[in-house]
Amino acid sequence: MSATVNTLVNQPYKYGFITDIEADTIPRGLSEDVVRLISAKKNEPEFMLEFRLKAYRQWLKMTEPTWPNVQYPKIDYQNIIYYSAPKQQKAKLNSLDEVDPTLLETFEKLGISLSEQKRLSNVAVDAIFDSVSVATTFKEKLAKDGVIFCSISEALQEHPELVQKYLGSVVPVADNYFAALNAAVFSDGSFVYIPKNTKCPMELSTYFRINSGDTGQFERTLIVAEAGSSVSYLEGCTAPMYDTNQLHAAVVELVALDNAEIKYSTVQNWYAGDENGKGGIYNFVTKRGLCQGVNSKISWTQVETGSAITWKYPSCVLIGDNSVGEFYSVALTNHKQQADTGTKMVHVGKNTRSTIISKGISAGGSSNSYRGLVKVNPKAVGARNYSQCDSMLIGDNAHANTFPYIQVQNNTAQVEHEASTSKIGVDQLFYFSQRGISAEDAISMMISGFCKDVFNQLPMEFAVEADRLLSLKLEGSVG
Amino acid sequence: MSIEEEKRTMIVENSEVVLSVRDLTAEVDGTPILKGVNLEVKAGEIHAIMGPNGSGKSTLSKVLAGHPAYEVTGGEVIYRSTNLLEMEPEERARAGVFLAFQYPMEIPGVSNLDFLRVAYNSRRKQQGLEELDSFDFDELVQEKLDVVKMNPAFLSRSLNEGFSGGEKKRNEILQMALLEPKLAILDETDSGLDIDALKIVANGVNQVANSENATILITHYQRLLNYIVPDFVHVMSGGRIITSGGKELALELESQGYDGVVEQAAIEVGV
Ligand SMILES: Nc1ncnc2c1ncn2[C@@H]1O[C@H](COP(=O)(O)OP(=O)(O)O)[C@@H](O)[C@H]1O
Ligand SMILES: [Mg+2]
Repeated sequence: MSATVNTLVNQPYKYGFITDIEADTIPRGLSEDVVRLISAKKNEPEFMLEFRLKAYRQWLKMTEPTWPNVQYPKIDYQNIIYYSAPKQQKAKLNSLDEVDPTLLETFEKLGISLSEQKRLSNVAVDAIFDSVSVATTFKEKLAKDGVIFCSISEALQEHPELVQKYLGSVVPVADNYFAALNAAVFSDGSFVYIPKNTKCPMELSTYFRINSGDTGQFERTLIVAEAGSSVSYLEGCTAPMYDTNQLHAAVVELVALDNAEIKYSTVQNWYAGDENGKGGIYNFVTKRGLCQGVNSKISWTQVETGSAITWKYPSCVLIGDNSVGEFYSVALTNHKQQADTGTKMVHVGKNTRSTIISKGISAGGSSNSYRGLVKVNPKAVGARNYSQCDSMLIGDNAHANTFPYIQVQNNTAQVEHEASTSKIGVDQLFYFSQRGISAEDAISMMISGFCKDVFNQLPMEFAVEADRLLSLKLEGSVG
Repeated sequence: MSIEEEKRTMIVENSEVVLSVRDLTAEVDGTPILKGVNLEVKAGEIHAIMGPNGSGKSTLSKVLAGHPAYEVTGGEVIYRSTNLLEMEPEERARAGVFLAFQYPMEIPGVSNLDFLRVAYNSRRKQQGLEELDSFDFDELVQEKLDVVKMNPAFLSRSLNEGFSGGEKKRNEILQMALLEPKLAILDETDSGLDIDALKIVANGVNQVANSENATILITHYQRLLNYIVPDFVHVMSGGRIITSGGKELALELESQGYDGVVEQAAIEVGV
């Protein structure tokens, strides 16, 4: 391919800086003692330690999954640091003013303002730095409506009964290898509780920042929407550029009761490694939502642009009659990135409905796989699913795969699957340039068009951000 | 004679040279395709380039438009007193060079209307004019749709996606009518068209052609030239223009076939 388009600069990853901060770090390696140490450091209730130990013992008996369409060298789990927290002067902070200014600056640089004056007016943020939550904004305002939004460590102190009731109820401790690891060693995450008949008055958001080079990040997010409530939650993430790989193995659990609605959006921009595939995050994440109540609805929207390897299948288990599951995804891979991502929709209740819209964009020498399962159980009378999986190839060296699995055990169910593959190559770009349109504009027009159905699902300000992010990532990728 | 034709037949002696191609050679993937093309086109003229399949007609059009896969290995191309070969493809387009593709690309997700508007505005910007907003642009497009008798429903569809062969060709002429090029190169715009569509396309081309611009029609068949009357006809073979003449040359080709004409020309030029 020609050099002309190649000369468009490949934008460097702009979140790749490292914050120099003193940390409380435990020695490398994993053992039962390490699990106990983490629990002790967090002063956790007894049930939590039991939960962790159970998970750890199960994990020891499990093996890493090999079915995803990704390749990476063996991970040495004894060479990872499982807990690292920036040192705080005080054990418990009374206000944001007491947060270490270096941390506030870090988030400021990432475009996340935690200070009272400059924060986004209608978004509450929980900021997580390496293993721990450093600040949560708008807590008091949310509390007026009975909404709980805090770090999961804090929830374990303040609302242990809620955590105990729901933690592990959607993703059991030994669900899979990485989920079990997470259950054993998770250090923090966000907790959200929306009481009955309450519409959460603002967007909730968690921002994950990996800083340390050898620390694995294991967060755990739990969102519970009581009957008749609704919430929209957004997760963002970045990491510094290291030439080694960092492991990120998170678990997210959502529970929606009768008539409740949870909308969970992710803009994932972990460091992806350099153009030769050196460094970057291994993003091995388990996300699952339980539509437990009738007429409940869970909607996952994800824009996956970063990570060296992505292994992630946000899923919905549709138990309540008439419940609805949705999955809207844009996964972009460039250079040597590998993504194996998709969803599972499990229809259990009557007249349950699910929609899957997946858009995979592969550029450079990357590999992008969609893997999805639609399962209709025998009792799911009248279940319906619609799936659409579109792939776009940019250039001649990228790969795209789709692995749709369909298991229908009720003959009243309707399952529909559509797929397409398109390409942005020299000839497509030449068509635009012959009409006076530059390569950048051409790519951004084609990509926006391709992703429109997914971006329309994102909260407004993030949709613009996502559009821009994709264009940035793709600059220089055709040539 | 129609008004359009009359307009054009008044070729002014010293009208502007729009395109001057001298000894142009070019290759693709290391294979030489163009082996010394010479061609001069003035404002107000319509040139037809005919020739057997594989003779290099599409290659010539892509080289002129600046397709990155084609490498110019010799010769020069002057477009309105500037070196065309030094310009980027989008600069050539903005300066008024238009290529109606033999096989227009299908672009899913980008609406025809958006594509037209962005293309149109890039040309306006080049001319130092203000960009048209969607509202004014819609009005303009409605007008241009008449030129090719196209249903407005095509505007909201994705660019060329699922269009029939004929609809794609009409869409190319719509783009041409909108962009008002100085030099239009139409690569086999007639192929695959039924007679009604052919008349519509020809009529569109005739409406756009005037004494200020120039048209190069690349075609395989004489048929199109019944509707668009060329001032010059060139025959291309083996990467060269081997013979040129008036419109009657097209008829000669029709009766003798390419082989006859090519052979005769070869004798004349001593190849
Ligand atoms: N990528 C390529 N590599 C080698 N030869 C090519 C390539 N593309 C086109 N050609 C050859 O160039 C010649 C001219 O093709 P083209 O310009 O399309 O002819 P025409 O339009 O007159 O039918 C043909 O012989 C064709 O096979
Ligand atoms: Mg051709």
